[in-house]
Amino acid sequence: MSPIVKLIAQRVALGVGLLLAVSVLIFAGTQILPGDVAQSILGQAATPQALANLRAELGLDQPAYVRYFAWLGGILTGDLGTALTTRQEIATTLPPRLWNTLFLAFWAAIVAVPISIVLGLLAVRYRNGPIDKAISGFALASTSLPEFFIGYLLILFLAVKVQWFPSISTVYDGMPFLAKLHAIVLPALVLVLVVLAHMMRMTRAAILNVMQSAYVETAELKGVGQFDIIRKHAFPNAIAPIINVVMLNLAFLVVGVVVVEVIFVYPGMGQYLVDHVAKRDVPVVQAVGLIFAAVYIGLNIVADVAGILTNPRLRHPK
Amino acid sequence: MLNLKLIPPGALIGLFLCAVFLFVAVFARWVAPYGLGEIVGGVWEPASSKYLLGTDNLGRDLLSRMIYGAQTTITIAALATALSFTLGSILGFAAAVIGGWFDTIMSRFVDLLMAIPTLIFGLVVLSVLPSTILTLILVMGLLDSTRVFRLSRAVAVDINVMDYVEAAKLRGEGTGWIIFREILPNALSPLVSELGLRFIYAVLFLSALSFLGLGVQPPAADWGGMVKENKEGIVFGIPAALIPAGAIAALAISVNLVADWILNRTTSLKGGRG
Repeated sequence: MSPIVKLIAQRVALGVGLLLAVSVLIFAGTQILPGDVAQSILGQAATPQALANLRAELGLDQPAYVRYFAWLGGILTGDLGTALTTRQEIATTLPPRLWNTLFLAFWAAIVAVPISIVLGLLAVRYRNGPIDKAISGFALASTSLPEFFIGYLLILFLAVKVQWFPSISTVYDGMPFLAKLHAIVLPALVLVLVVLAHMMRMTRAAILNVMQSAYVETAELKGVGQFDIIRKHAFPNAIAPIINVVMLNLAFLVVGVVVVEVIFVYPGMGQYLVDHVAKRDVPVVQAVGLIFAAVYIGLNIVADVAGILTNPRLRHPK
Repeated sequence: MLNLKLIPPGALIGLFLCAVFLFVAVFARWVAPYGLGEIVGGVWEPASSKYLLGTDNLGRDLLSRMIYGAQTTITIAALATALSFTLGSILGFAAAVIGGWFDTIMSRFVDLLMAIPTLIFGLVVLSVLPSTILTLILVMGLLDSTRVFRLSRAVAVDINVMDYVEAAKLRGEGTGWIIFREILPNALSPLVSELGLRFIYAVLFLSALSFLGLGVQPPAADWGGMVKENKEGIVFGIPAALIPAGAIAALAISVNLVADWILNRTTSLKGGRG
């Protein structure tokens, strides 16, 4: 087996192990209450009968580790449990919402990734000049702005004042593709603005880092133009860190959708999670939390693997 | 003595805004023209000389609620930051000084916690915990202490191998002395600018939770919750929800400006840490 395959297999195995540990943590996170979970879900006014029913349903009469393995076994066989509030199978309500979330994050990424890489390159080319200053000023502002500020500002101007886009992003099964795209323009735009600055700043840092190497100086002394130095010498060597940046931000996108989905009442996983946290529907929260964590960890593994694949020193070991 | 002219204009604006927010938060009761829950006029009245920012979704004075909201938001965020800093830095320093199994266990556990996005894990935990302000502070502080742990451990590992720390160890000083008297004073400057960033993060995190309806519960008011209360007005073209949202942004930007300036100042002072 070539060392690179081994390295990748190691990373993936590490990720799976991490995910398992995370599942323990998420399960434990819903057990930390010193008192009775059933009591806290139903409140003080609950009848003893209702309490006993809920306890039996949650399996609270069994020790925690038994419940954990039952839960984990269920998930591995595709059974995510039943929602306490609606009595519906989580495994049937969740997938369409997951697709909606991924759809939104995907289009946001398609727009954000190229723009931020180009802007990052520009910032390096004209570093410490007005363009660089403007870009980093914008970055500072956008990391400080809460998603709902950007979201409602866009709604106020683009949905209410000029009415180009709907203020509520309704999507449903069998909706025409273009109508769907039109519905998600505003939430996608918010996501783009939220990750853009971060991604751009990290791209800039990654390329600047490479720009300080000896071979870039040599190229400079040879008289190669600034853009050619970046394009031919700096960029290929900065690909791995840039891919890393992109993946981290995609992970951030998938998680960042929680607030954005609530702003635009978008039927995705984030909205689903928030609704059920408020209703204290523990099985749903556990399942959705685990899926969010899995997506997050999965994208991080992809970033690691991409880093290995684009690193010539790892690809051709001595 | 600090020369005011040496402070860059950005930092000066940041300092000024921070001071204003802090003053308003501390003296909320005397500054606010009306009471917190007092219904003084019609629903969503526009700004007038009587109600400087207009009224909210129930006809309460928006300016007064903003002022009380500043108090709630800043207090909770500050307490959570204080908790995350105390816990994160002490454990981080201890991990660096003690090393061995303690370091390994703590570091792996922090890695594990950071593998789950903070907001998601926060929501999971809040689904079973009672919604009180104390729970919020504890959850926010504990989750955020992972980041402080990483930074302070990294800083302390560098300091721990310095000659003067070595000397203190040979002198027979205990772990407590090493952490608080040798490492803490020398690790302070990178930590201080991190403090600003963690505070902003706490403000944004709290606001997001309150906006989702899972943070500060009514009748108490915080800025995130006020965005939620007034968000229905947006579709009628009433910008009331944007005022608290804008305040969150203004607070975050001004703290950021100050933290940036402190960071630049301390790194140039020390010749940079590379």
